[in-house]
Amino acid sequence: MTTTVTAGPRTADAWRQFAGTRWREHIDVRDFIQANYTPYEGDAAFLTGPTDRTRAVWEKVSALFPEERRRGVLDVDTATPSTITSHAPGYIDRERELIVGLQTDAPLKRAIMPNGGLRMVENGLRAYGYEPDPFVTRVFGTYRKTHNDGVFDAYTPVMRAARKAGIITGLPDAYGRGRIIGDYRRVALYGTDRLIEAKRAERALLDALPSGPDVIRDREELAEQIRALGELTVMAASYGCDVSRPATTAHEAVQWLYLGFLAAVKEQNGAAMSLGRTSTFLDVYLQRDLEEGTVDETRAQELVDDFVIKLRIVRFLRTPEYDTLFSGDPTWVTESIGGIGEDGRPLVTRTSFRFLQTLYNLGPAPEPNLTVLWSPRLPAGFKRFCAQVSIDTSAIQYESDELMRPRTGDDTAIACCVSAMAVGKQMQFFGARVNLAKALLYAVNGGRDEMTGEQVAPPMPALTGDYLDHEELSAAYDRVLDWLAQTYVEALNVIHYMHDKYAYERLEMALHDHPVHRFMACGIAGLSVAVDSLSAVRHARVKVFRDGTGLAVDFRTEGEFPAYGNNDDRADSIAVDLVESFMAKVRKHPTYRGAEHTQSVLTITSNVVYGKHTGNTPDGRRAGEPFAPGANPMNGRDRHGVAASALSVAKLPYEQARDGISLTTTITPEGLGHLPEERAGNLVGILDAYMASGGFHMNVNVLNRAVLRDAMEHPEKYPELTIRVSGYAVNFVRLTREQQLDVIGRTFHGSL
Amino acid sequence: MSTTVEPVTGRIHSWDLSTGVDGPGTRFVLFLSGCPLRCLYCANPDTWHMRDGRPATVDEVMTEIGKYRAFVTTAGGGVTLTGGEALLQPVFTAAVLRRCKELGLHTALDTSGFLGARASDALLADTDLVLLDIKSFDARAYRSLTGAALAPTLDFAARLDRLGVPVWIRYVLVPGRTDDPAAIDGLGAFLAGLGNVDRVDVLPFHKLGAHKYDALGIPFPLRDTPVPDQDLTERVRRQFREHGLRAQ
Repeated sequence: MTTTVTAGPRTADAWRQFAGTRWREHIDVRDFIQANYTPYEGDAAFLTGPTDRTRAVWEKVSALFPEERRRGVLDVDTATPSTITSHAPGYIDRERELIVGLQTDAPLKRAIMPNGGLRMVENGLRAYGYEPDPFVTRVFGTYRKTHNDGVFDAYTPVMRAARKAGIITGLPDAYGRGRIIGDYRRVALYGTDRLIEAKRAERALLDALPSGPDVIRDREELAEQIRALGELTVMAASYGCDVSRPATTAHEAVQWLYLGFLAAVKEQNGAAMSLGRTSTFLDVYLQRDLEEGTVDETRAQELVDDFVIKLRIVRFLRTPEYDTLFSGDPTWVTESIGGIGEDGRPLVTRTSFRFLQTLYNLGPAPEPNLTVLWSPRLPAGFKRFCAQVSIDTSAIQYESDELMRPRTGDDTAIACCVSAMAVGKQMQFFGARVNLAKALLYAVNGGRDEMTGEQVAPPMPALTGDYLDHEELSAAYDRVLDWLAQTYVEALNVIHYMHDKYAYERLEMALHDHPVHRFMACGIAGLSVAVDSLSAVRHARVKVFRDGTGLAVDFRTEGEFPAYGNNDDRADSIAVDLVESFMAKVRKHPTYRGAEHTQSVLTITSNVVYGKHTGNTPDGRRAGEPFAPGANPMNGRDRHGVAASALSVAKLPYEQARDGISLTTTITPEGLGHLPEERAGNLVGILDAYMASGGFHMNVNVLNRAVLRDAMEHPEKYPELTIRVSGYAVNFVRLTREQQLDVIGRTFHGSL
Repeated sequence: MSTTVEPVTGRIHSWDLSTGVDGPGTRFVLFLSGCPLRCLYCANPDTWHMRDGRPATVDEVMTEIGKYRAFVTTAGGGVTLTGGEALLQPVFTAAVLRRCKELGLHTALDTSGFLGARASDALLADTDLVLLDIKSFDARAYRSLTGAALAPTLDFAARLDRLGVPVWIRYVLVPGRTDDPAAIDGLGAFLAGLGNVDRVDVLPFHKLGAHKYDALGIPFPLRDTPVPDQDLTERVRRQFREHGLRAQ
């Protein structure tokens, strides 16, 4: 729903030389990009290094990192609940910064956001040696209910038990759900006055509808969205920027866009606060300024570098429990780069290169989470540059543009790690994940938890034979998964009802169309453990060991069984079946606000926590050992090299896992070729072949185990060492020791 | 299609996918069992005996390769036959190469060349690239390193040149055994006289296969031999380059 507005003189200047019509009359950034962008098919030779100015700003802020790493957080404003306008302007280096704006009044100083939950704020503060502010405690403990309070008012005993046992884990009931991408480009292209006008028009249509609960909620949300846009205008003005009008230059476009994003991260500490797909949009402005002679390449790169510095220092106050799930202080400021347009032109521009170049100009870093939308049809020069950046930094991830474009269009961006959405038109209710490996043990044990012996799922007959029977186990597993899917979807409905009610993302949703398409993003963890366990039961013999209460606590496998990850259909078909059947079970249960059911095969770093809470499994994995991350084969069981491993994962059907299928790969430099100059080309070949085979996502690490071992011993030598874990990148030295060992224990594809 | 009524059966050790080390791009690498040489630095002593290999028909092997046809083709690679010594099973090797060519796959044969005479012209016509391991250019050093004669390998290299089959030379650099400057110069001159040598890969000796010797209960003869340092490796590469060869 959009509206027509006459362009005033300010707008006419801002839009000088731009082509196209539809985007002028409607809020339609994609149409603007298509009408105006300049595809770039060349190589990386035009790029420039960091200027002294860029170095000075980056050095000033990065000098704070060691102290932050040492203390966990550098500083916190304990007394001021964060809103878009709560804090006075802050700067890194006011004289030198080109792009301004911080979450609080000082770099790396974190803010509190108690709307999500007061207890989490208090725990987060205490974990780092701060005392909660009594006024904040009184307001949010007495007068203002939080999301977390709401959820626990409406959870059922079964939901609580499933959560406590860890068969459903990581639910966003105690932290912001995130994964909503505001279309921050709109701020630059239209200015907030125009956006408010469009929102008023959407609201006017609602005023004409009968006042039922859904319409009333929509009206209230739109009112909040309009209010948030007003607050953005005020916050921007405090930095001397008039975002009520459209940006007139590239410098303003970057600044306006960033201020929109900044407003979002001042208001929400969502797990993933992704940026969207901004580089080619910004390129239109940079290209115009380059042609008008008002910027040169050096300046263009400086603007991108400065923007990226800001994205690198987004911080949230989080609890130690959160950190065990998602280690290394990630914010998932995911930026999606590249891809092919629906008309066949590559959406690669010079600014796509400039974003990747920041990994050289500022050094490797995990944020922003640079994500290349890969297609074999991308220009050769771009593909080669991406591969070289991966080899040099291990900091980027790849997702299949060919799988996404037909479904979510050519203005798709990734939220978090692997969640595809049409920017400004679709959002999701993040749903963490269920533990499929533990569920299999519940099937063996009649719904009792293998660690505690407690009855978590409804009582059902336990398997009693000395050896596991495949048919019996499959039938029991099916029953457990039926129960799990229902409990899971209903718990998510509770969570998102309360999140909308108590911690609504006003600003992010103001940068979406109304009505918005919603996804209910479910997820599964422990896929490879469950698959190999089922394969062991089917293809070998698995003897059961029970304790005095009849609880199966250990297994011994007799004989060989095919493992997932070797391009062997005997195992891989079990994985496909499991993904398909769980998705079908999830779809049976109605969702809050009619959201479309999806699921991901992704763990982020929670594979370690899931493993810790899961007993011995029939595949031979010992209790407490980490799962493989995401859709990965179990560590060390993929024995035939990266291609075989990747082809197993590529068999998982994207249509039944539309929220993404994550594969994290580690290859040694030599594993990409004897000759260094051939490695980029060989990596391009692997990515082309994987995506052409239906693969969805690949994290690419090019590393030696020895380097990681040395970094564990001497972290001070490796402040920038960045690795891809599952859907995001992280500073290796900021992982917990357990997670570091997990990473080192993974399969390294190399050569002898 | 296979031309024989009786299925051609070979003995194979394993298969693997590798990138950039067994020929160009990502490749399906088939390890055949059995080798007539006993190189002191051998990294795969588990492939020495044909009898230890698993019997496999050409059809079985092609079924496995078929699963990777699209992948390796898109990734700029193909199929490499190695071992052991693939030419110890020339009929099987020829049949697999033929079938790969029928699928349009790029083929490579990794061999010491010692049994080059067993490779028919037809087999070589189905081979897009030979990875030829020349372990030394000094006949005595070659024999003490491998237990066999050097001449058949050099004859094979000359034959590949006549047939126009492209060759990548592999030269494993072992300090004290294959680092003699005169022998390297001799090899460089020999190779420069051939027209089919695309490149020379100087591979520093490593001991990553030592654990396999332990597992098999046989002594690893070069356990105490040092691996070459960067300077030595670079010197040897330079020596080859001085003969106009592309050496890395």
